[in-house]
Amino acid sequence: MDTIIQFFSSNLQMVYILLFTIILGFEIISKVPTVLHTPLMSGANAISGIVTIGAVILVRQAAPDDYFTLGLGFLGVILGMINVVGGFAVTDRMLEMFKKKKK
Amino acid sequence: MFETIIEIAYLVGALLIILGLRKMGSPDTARRGNIEAGIGMGIAILASMVAPMDGANNNYGWILGGMIVGGLIGWISAKKVKMTAMPQMVSVFNGLGGATAVVLGMVELAHYYNGTAMDGGQLVVTLLALIIGGVSFTGSMLAYLKLDGKVKDKHVTFNGHSILNIILLLVMVGAAVYLYMQGQPGGMVLAVVVMILSMIYGFSFVAPIGGADMPVVISLLNSFTGLSAAAAGLIYGNLVMIVGGIFVGAAGTILTVLMCNAMNRSLLSVIIGGFGTSAVAGAKAGTDGQIVKEIGLNDMAIQLFYSDSVIFVPGYGLAVAQAQKVLKELDDLLSANGVDVKYAIHPVAGRMPGHMNVLLAEADVPYPKLLDLEEANSAFPNTDIVVIVGANDVVNPAAKDDPSSPIYGMPILDVLDAKNVVVIKRSMSPGYAGIQNPLFFHAKNKMLFGDAKAILTKVASEVKDL
Repeated sequence: MDTIIQFFSSNLQMVYILLFTIILGFEIISKVPTVLHTPLMSGANAISGIVTIGAVILVRQAAPDDYFTLGLGFLGVILGMINVVGGFAVTDRMLEMFKKKKK
Repeated sequence: MFETIIEIAYLVGALLIILGLRKMGSPDTARRGNIEAGIGMGIAILASMVAPMDGANNNYGWILGGMIVGGLIGWISAKKVKMTAMPQMVSVFNGLGGATAVVLGMVELAHYYNGTAMDGGQLVVTLLALIIGGVSFTGSMLAYLKLDGKVKDKHVTFNGHSILNIILLLVMVGAAVYLYMQGQPGGMVLAVVVMILSMIYGFSFVAPIGGADMPVVISLLNSFTGLSAAAAGLIYGNLVMIVGGIFVGAAGTILTVLMCNAMNRSLLSVIIGGFGTSAVAGAKAGTDGQIVKEIGLNDMAIQLFYSDSVIFVPGYGLAVAQAQKVLKELDDLLSANGVDVKYAIHPVAGRMPGHMNVLLAEADVPYPKLLDLEEANSAFPNTDIVVIVGANDVVNPAAKDDPSSPIYGMPILDVLDAKNVVVIKRSMSPGYAGIQNPLFFHAKNKMLFGDAKAILTKVASEVKDL
């Protein structure tokens, strides 16, 4: 119990951010029309590629001869970037069609 | 000073991501929203590259190399993929995001077991990133294989699968907890075991889920990837990763729930699965010996031409046959002759919510012609003819009157309220969910067998000749 209280008080800001972000995520999606569910899922998927930042930090911290970390970090950057770039490009292709029909 | 600029850049990045996704909630601003979110992501990634860091060796060659390779692969595959294969592509991308989290978790654990200090909280989030990422990775890959038809449901399931899943989950969590308790020395082997267990669990978790439920699963796995990104963000104390990851986790979860609601199924029943596997149960409803009536191309053309109102019900068959443009041509011909043409879009028509809207938009079908479930159901009684193009489960009356049917309770398009119904379909085979459809045997209904594109092309030319 003490550790929980300790954790809570020392990470209070983080707890705020987490809770607000969760509510924000719920609110933003709950008003979306069904038409946009697929592009939205795709867009959210691209955003989950934010994990790429972790791989960037990992590689930056690695020693120049630490090939284990460099190699895996490199792999992480590749996989993450496929997620980000591919995700946004696919979403854009879907949404492009929504725009055309408005003419 | 520079540090503050980086912090502001992170903040701007996070704001753009959130505002961008918000704009994606409305058709008018959706495209701009996606681009803004992309820019926000770019700013955040760029900031992470130049942010001041103690003892950084930077190794920019590795980073830029990885970015170019990954970016090119992502860009090219996104440009090349067919519209019909979008759901699969999203699933693959999502899996790779999960794999990134696995890589990060594994490297950090390797450092830890080589003697780098890590406090208890960090160890927990590292294990979380590893496990959630692993589940998301293999789960997404199996979802891709299933959607692509490369793996059939029956190949990977057996009786008591859900029990196996619970055991796997318990063993995996147990191993992770043990890893956490035992401390630093010699945990690397067990860490690898936990990673492998998480990947087996991801696979096994998706395995019993029926093909028709895959979109829901992809959305769920997408929120997993978000959570694994947030966990990875906690490892590095990076706020953008935490906010972005949690945001996707929450958004993905609510999207999953919305999709389940559209199918009138609870998330739990989707996860336990068996939607596609208990198919035979629904077929019992006495379809033996019933007569299926067919309609000729010419008759079909005449009926369409001389009716006042027509509603098309597109489904996955339309997408597979790439028949959306031909359908639009037929629509134009009929509209030019004063026929009122509309489209009824079931929330889960195709393989993903919104799938049909995307395809019809590609063919320049105007927005006001698309009716959603309620609009369509109130329009059917005043409709002369309903043409179902490659849809099946979403018009299956068993969902209303056969409690033994696996889709019982799912809201459907009540096409039988219309005066006539024609089903364009390749064969009598059951739909994607594997359920027999009593509609085909109904007195009001006529069948037109063949590939949707070929049939519609012929019908259109018949209409032209009238």
